[in-house]
Amino acid sequence: MTNRVIKVDALARVEGEGSLYVRVKDKEIKEVRFGIFEPPRFFEAFLQGRSFMEVPDITARICGICPIAYQMGSIQAMENALGIQVPAPIRDLRRLAYCGEWIESHALHVYMLHAPDFLGLADAIQLAKSNRDLVQKALRLKKIGNDLLEAVGGGRAIHPVNMRVGGFYRTPTKAEIQALIPDLEWAIQASHDTIRLVGGFDFPDIEQNYTFVALRHEREYAIHEGRVVSNRGLDIDLPQFLDHFDEEHVKHSNALHGFQKPGKQPYHVGPLARFAINYDKLHPEAQSSAKEAGLGSVVRNPFKSIVVRAVEILQVCLDALAIAKNYQEPARPYTEPVVKAAVGHGCTEAPRGICFHRYEIDDQGLVKAARIIPPTAQNQKQIENDLFKVVSANMALSDEDLKWRCEQAIRNYDPCISCATHFLKLTVDRE
Amino acid sequence: MTTRAKPRLGVFKFSSCDGCQLSLLDCELELLAVTDAVEIAYFLEATRKDMKGPFDVVLVEGSITTPHEAELIRQIRKSTKALITIGACATSGGIQALRNFTDVNGFLDIVYARPDYIETLETATPIAEHVAVDFELRGCPINKHQLLEVLNAFLNKRKPNIPHYAECIECKQRGTVCVMVAKGIACLGPVTQAGCGGLCPATHRGCFGCFGPMETPNTGALADRFLGELKQDKGTVQRAFRSFNANAPAFREESLKHD
Repeated sequence: MTNRVIKVDALARVEGEGSLYVRVKDKEIKEVRFGIFEPPRFFEAFLQGRSFMEVPDITARICGICPIAYQMGSIQAMENALGIQVPAPIRDLRRLAYCGEWIESHALHVYMLHAPDFLGLADAIQLAKSNRDLVQKALRLKKIGNDLLEAVGGGRAIHPVNMRVGGFYRTPTKAEIQALIPDLEWAIQASHDTIRLVGGFDFPDIEQNYTFVALRHEREYAIHEGRVVSNRGLDIDLPQFLDHFDEEHVKHSNALHGFQKPGKQPYHVGPLARFAINYDKLHPEAQSSAKEAGLGSVVRNPFKSIVVRAVEILQVCLDALAIAKNYQEPARPYTEPVVKAAVGHGCTEAPRGICFHRYEIDDQGLVKAARIIPPTAQNQKQIENDLFKVVSANMALSDEDLKWRCEQAIRNYDPCISCATHFLKLTVDRE
Repeated sequence: MTTRAKPRLGVFKFSSCDGCQLSLLDCELELLAVTDAVEIAYFLEATRKDMKGPFDVVLVEGSITTPHEAELIRQIRKSTKALITIGACATSGGIQALRNFTDVNGFLDIVYARPDYIETLETATPIAEHVAVDFELRGCPINKHQLLEVLNAFLNKRKPNIPHYAECIECKQRGTVCVMVAKGIACLGPVTQAGCGGLCPATHRGCFGCFGPMETPNTGALADRFLGELKQDKGTVQRAFRSFNANAPAFREESLKHD
């Protein structure tokens, strides 16, 4: 009889604090738990009583890696509640900021957090020892994302100060935006190189029959607005989101797990979902690069998410360049909100998947109720399912190698565990 | 010439958003120089390598919100020569310290279906309430250039050059017209420590206090101005002092005056 326990108490190269527990008895998997021990920070509770105008600056603090996702989701929810439609130039600027966040977050994940797994290295510092130029190039790409965020976001990339309900506090000048163009042209070339590099990695041979859920927009590769669509025929507006999706407080993992109703089914959000649902909306250049890297129109191998992320970097660099080239300063930086009691919904594609917001405000504009469903909560069930499959397929590996493979499988999702709006501490049941 | 071992750096995270430790990775132009100068011995966000102390310098992000965290920070303190806290969470408790003004059980009920599964402390507190801290670097998030300055100073055993004056000085240095004087926009700049570079007024909005209270801030006078000339209500004034540095003593005391 053999009894194997694979445990990682503190997962590395993920944003936030997570852990993993797998128990195998006589080659049968008894238990798989992807745990989150990020302490709760109670955002949805302390948002109550705050003014709708303060909410975006507060929700940004849910996550330092993807603050735009949390700002934009709450801003759009408030605009939805108050009946504000922002004009096209404001919309474009928002997309430009979001492109910056994607470039920064994806470049960080692809090169610094995920690539080392495929190269058998502990981190990007090791990688820099063997290939300093590559790491420098990766850092420049990441920096260009941050530069975009700084240009649109009011001078800083982490918790930008310029986003507000109704638009921006100050819109950037044409010169400020056009100054980004040469770097974006370089970034497009760097993105092609990235796709070629990661497309050549060795991928564990695992496929999953995922339910993909992503935003879909009629004109573009959806990032900051769209309908919620699945590959199984779901196609809904945001107010229906909670009719179809929910979270539960699961005892075995002690974490809120997202699921699709009915039947509490797991689903998958993030790059693979967006790619599958919006393949036809990819820029032709991104689509042909994806083909060259060997990707079909649907990718079901979670380990290939690194290639899809690289394709998405190219997509948003192309998008950002087009926006920067066509940018005209908007007539007014923002539309002045008129307060009323209302309910609003917002949802955007954070780099790691859809991030849903719902707020109820009173006639003074103070929040009565807040609900935020971050992407990693939605992926948790699916991550455990993937781990189950990865462990089953890799029983022959040594404990250390199997542990690493499991970590890599979790990192496939670029989990952003610091979105501790309501993630819980993991308690291991001792037998 | 003998080569000395590189100083060993550890980066630890408590309750927080990850943004301040990300600031180190956001030093894109300087990161490789940093890794040339120090050995990164513990930095979970960046590396699988999990080396034990002792450390020469430890950076700590986040506030203490669980019994486990309170124990862990004591162990870390024992294993390092210098301990530097980075960001509003670590230096004042962060946004999650809003629980300090209420009953945390009420918060639990709002967010969680099964509050009995959750282990949390009544309060979110800064690191310095638990262990001795050698330097506190403010900001929500920290300024990465200030982070490099502090690291550099500690590695070279000198005092970091981090100003404690008001945000207003940065507006003057930048040539930003005062938004409160010229436009009547409420601004926490006069009581907030400099460090961000004067971003908000340059973006046509008031400072909202990311860097916490400056040395000896006159919060009362500013609150009077918000209430008087700017005609704000008490709730708005209270909330202005109750954000990312709500638990910093000067902001905390001012906010309590406006219940």
